[in-house]
Amino acid sequence: MSTELEQFYEVFFEESSELLAEMEACLLGLDLSSPDPEDLNAIFRAAHSIKGGAGTFGFTDMTEMTHMLESLLDKLRKGEIEIRSEMIDTFLRAGDIIKGQLAAHRGDGAADEAAAAEVSNELKQFSEETTEALNIDKESTSSTTEQPDHKPNEAKNVVVESLPATSKTEQVSFNIEFSSSGINSKSLENLFSNLSDLGKFEKLLVSDKEQNCKLRLTTYTCEENIWEALAFVVNPSQLKIEKASQTEAHTSTKLDVSSSIQIDEITSDKPSKTAVETENSACEPYGFFSGAPAAPIETEKKVKTESHSDPSVEQNILEEKSFPTDTINSLPIQKQSKPNAPTTETTSIRVSIEKVDQMINLVGELVITQAMLAQTASEVDPVIYEKLNNGMNQLERNTRNLQEAVMSIRMLPISFVFSRYPRVVHDLASKLDKKVELKTVGEGTELDKGLIEKIADPLTHLVRNSLDHGIELPEKRIATGKVAKGTITLRAFHQGGSIVIEVGDDGAGLNREKIMAKATERGISIHEGMSDQEVWMLIFEPGFSTAEKVTDVSGRGVGMDVVKRNIKDMGGRIEIDSVQGVGTRITIRLPLTLAILDGLSVAVGDQMFIVPLTYITESLQIKNTDIKTVNGVGRVVHVRGDYLPVIALHEIFNIKPNATRIEDGILIILDAEGHKAAMFVDALIGQHQVVIKSLENNYRRVMGVSGATIMGDGKVALILDTTGLVMASHKDSL
Amino acid sequence: MGKTILTVDDSVSIRQMISFTLKGAGYEVTEAVDGQDALDKAQRETFNLVLTDINMPRMDGLKLLEKLRGLTPYKTIPILMLTTESCSEMKARGRDAGATGWLVKPFNPKSLLEIISQVTK
Amino acid sequence: MSLQQTVTSIDSVSSAANQVLNEFLTFRLGNEEYGIDILKVQEIRGYDAITQIANSPEFIKGVVNLRGIIVPIIDMRIKFKLGVAEYDQFTVVIILNVSGRVMGIVVDGVSDVINLDIDQVRATPDFGSVIDTKYIMGLGTADERMLILVDIEKLMTSEDMGLVDQTLN
Repeated sequence: MSTELEQFYEVFFEESSELLAEMEACLLGLDLSSPDPEDLNAIFRAAHSIKGGAGTFGFTDMTEMTHMLESLLDKLRKGEIEIRSEMIDTFLRAGDIIKGQLAAHRGDGAADEAAAAEVSNELKQFSEETTEALNIDKESTSSTTEQPDHKPNEAKNVVVESLPATSKTEQVSFNIEFSSSGINSKSLENLFSNLSDLGKFEKLLVSDKEQNCKLRLTTYTCEENIWEALAFVVNPSQLKIEKASQTEAHTSTKLDVSSSIQIDEITSDKPSKTAVETENSACEPYGFFSGAPAAPIETEKKVKTESHSDPSVEQNILEEKSFPTDTINSLPIQKQSKPNAPTTETTSIRVSIEKVDQMINLVGELVITQAMLAQTASEVDPVIYEKLNNGMNQLERNTRNLQEAVMSIRMLPISFVFSRYPRVVHDLASKLDKKVELKTVGEGTELDKGLIEKIADPLTHLVRNSLDHGIELPEKRIATGKVAKGTITLRAFHQGGSIVIEVGDDGAGLNREKIMAKATERGISIHEGMSDQEVWMLIFEPGFSTAEKVTDVSGRGVGMDVVKRNIKDMGGRIEIDSVQGVGTRITIRLPLTLAILDGLSVAVGDQMFIVPLTYITESLQIKNTDIKTVNGVGRVVHVRGDYLPVIALHEIFNIKPNATRIEDGILIILDAEGHKAAMFVDALIGQHQVVIKSLENNYRRVMGVSGATIMGDGKVALILDTTGLVMASHKDSL
Repeated sequence: MGKTILTVDDSVSIRQMISFTLKGAGYEVTEAVDGQDALDKAQRETFNLVLTDINMPRMDGLKLLEKLRGLTPYKTIPILMLTTESCSEMKARGRDAGATGWLVKPFNPKSLLEIISQVTK
Repeated sequence: MSLQQTVTSIDSVSSAANQVLNEFLTFRLGNEEYGIDILKVQEIRGYDAITQIANSPEFIKGVVNLRGIIVPIIDMRIKFKLGVAEYDQFTVVIILNVSGRVMGIVVDGVSDVINLDIDQVRATPDFGSVIDTKYIMGLGTADERMLILVDIEKLMTSEDMGLVDQTLN
């Protein structure tokens, strides 16, 4: 059986991960003062769904944890317990435990059993708060050492039976089952006498080989009282109380029973049989309702016949539980049918990223073929070949649309990344005793899947940094006339061919003097004439930290430089705006996809290169007099007051250029990480959006080249490693 | 031609597992992600059997049961409910809503095929 | 060292040959005829539209676009100083797929594909081949022709060729 199930494991894992994420988002968004019942329902449903799957696939540890969660959530949504912030924390930790268990089942690490036990204990204690009357303190201490699969029972029964049975006007029968092991006969007698005080009391089975006791009590009292009567004698984890049926069952349909078979029994047979029957049907993996549409008649008879047999046989059936989690299968759902909950289900298929990339390649080829055809077609007489021309135009449109559509497959909304920060902020804020609200804007903004994966860590670092260094403590905020609760805003939007992601806070802002002092201390070269922008950028220098004391939150300043490097590696830029006392905003600008780049094509001799547009500030021609030679080796050009080193592409790449003198060619002014240089080329050709291809897949790294692309004519053009070239030019000439 | 079964569950893993098991036994299976989806599909095509989860977003299984029983073609076909709860209350509510029978989650493929075969003969 | 390697290479040839005859693509380079495992050959195409890569050895002619993939082209005639490195419509590029990499080699001409049985393959004698014997699996004879069987994968990924960043290995 397990081999059959295994193929669904992966689906279950992914599904559970999604459910956990949803649950976490709901928990974090919950308004504690007036929780939205729909939210509580959604959280409950997530736990419930994971439990169902975990049970089916045999991940018992997950079933147990989700069951505990579910029990407490069930009480919350029914309003039996008030939700408190400690509960949210416990829920979040329970989510983490389940994530850990999930990872363990996936073969990734081991679940933390100690933590799981702790969390489940906490959940249990919360659960028990409603039932303080039951005096369960004793239980919680004694049961911690019990077999875990018994644990759910306690919670379950407490919840279940407190519902309809509380109606004190009608008599209700309860089936009580427990293990008498360790209970001496005197206590047992005592117990029986206590129970008989509560109502009509029958012993169905007293202490068989397994020391199981089965009793039946017909009473006006509610289940809590029965529980109370038993709790001091019987180990609660071994105790099972179940509403059996009502003696006057025929008078009421409201207090219904598990199956019609049972109703038949009640009217025709002795009550003792009924009790067994109830147990039996409750544990059956499936069954039918007699008289229900399409219910099989023979089966019912068969079941009935069986039910008339010796009770010990019934006992066997009971013990032949086919599922390890059977003991938890009687959780109630007090569910008002609540429709209109927005569904998150979308019909989708999972496709490997290789297939998508292969499609992107093929479409790229198609675009090239189309461009070549268009070139050829443009040479024929448009009057004679009007149809051909029309066809060509349509082909071009279709190809472009197809390319866009294929590219969009790799695009995902940034909510995939943003969704993790409520938790990060929540945890960190409570750790730092700060009050912080996280706002997200533009979660639907899409970017390439590859970028999504890469942006997460740098962004996490920025968010943590804002919380740690930006947002002040509540007292300090109030003292400066701000509201106690700080705000961190994550915003994403498209601008041109880029996606812009901002991390803003309304905290203390950056302090110019402090940064300058720290930079000096760190041996970073500064000067008084630096603009604020330049000063802010110092925090991205390696080894820089503005925190007066090192915290375990943002660490020692390692990281901000890594953040900047990561962003750069993605072809992006990072900027800081800050006003002291008002706040700080860090802006990240990324290309929409890793695979596409806006580039300027330039010619040197008979070769063509692509310069990424993000590094270009301007291009110009200069006069001879603006060219200076430094030490007879390096050349610099005088542009707008700056002396910039010259990158002569033909020299670097050993190409015979058309223009050998700088004043005959074109200079492209580049700015890479604040370093400027002038690149000398023959001519500018044009601006393109190019698809980045790796040179290293089949060849190796080439100095001065970051990749390659395929131009409209099918030829390969190399993309220049602008940063590398600019850095090298500074080393050479300065 | 095999019997057609509509399986309704908001959990994709459970749905796929049911689907796989039933298809392996020669049934034709259609999947629905919740009660509303199931109702839409059931109105387009009459299935020989419906197997539904109870706790689902949008429209739960009980509501679906009621709605289906209100449709003429579904008055007499078997509708089974699949539930993690085996307590009497839920079963009773299922029966009141018109369920033919119940199957307790977690279940194994064998029980699934057994109950199905008993009502699709 | 080369003897040891030759012995193991021959073993691998023989074990494969016991089940299926090895198929070799044969090509000419200078005065000699070479054979490479056909399974390493992806396709054969002409020589055109090449983009030079600056500061690379002379035998690396540059890169081409092969259906969206950037593929380096190596002129074996220059690498092994054989034949005349001319490029015209008859210049042939063998596209190889070795160690998950795609690359093209320019040779004097492709002859055919032949089957070699184990008894048609002999160990490599110590002879003055232009290709180091450590890259030669053995000598094959078929219809009076002598083929130098090259372990093309080993050769192309070797440090000698400089096609692969060696730090990766």
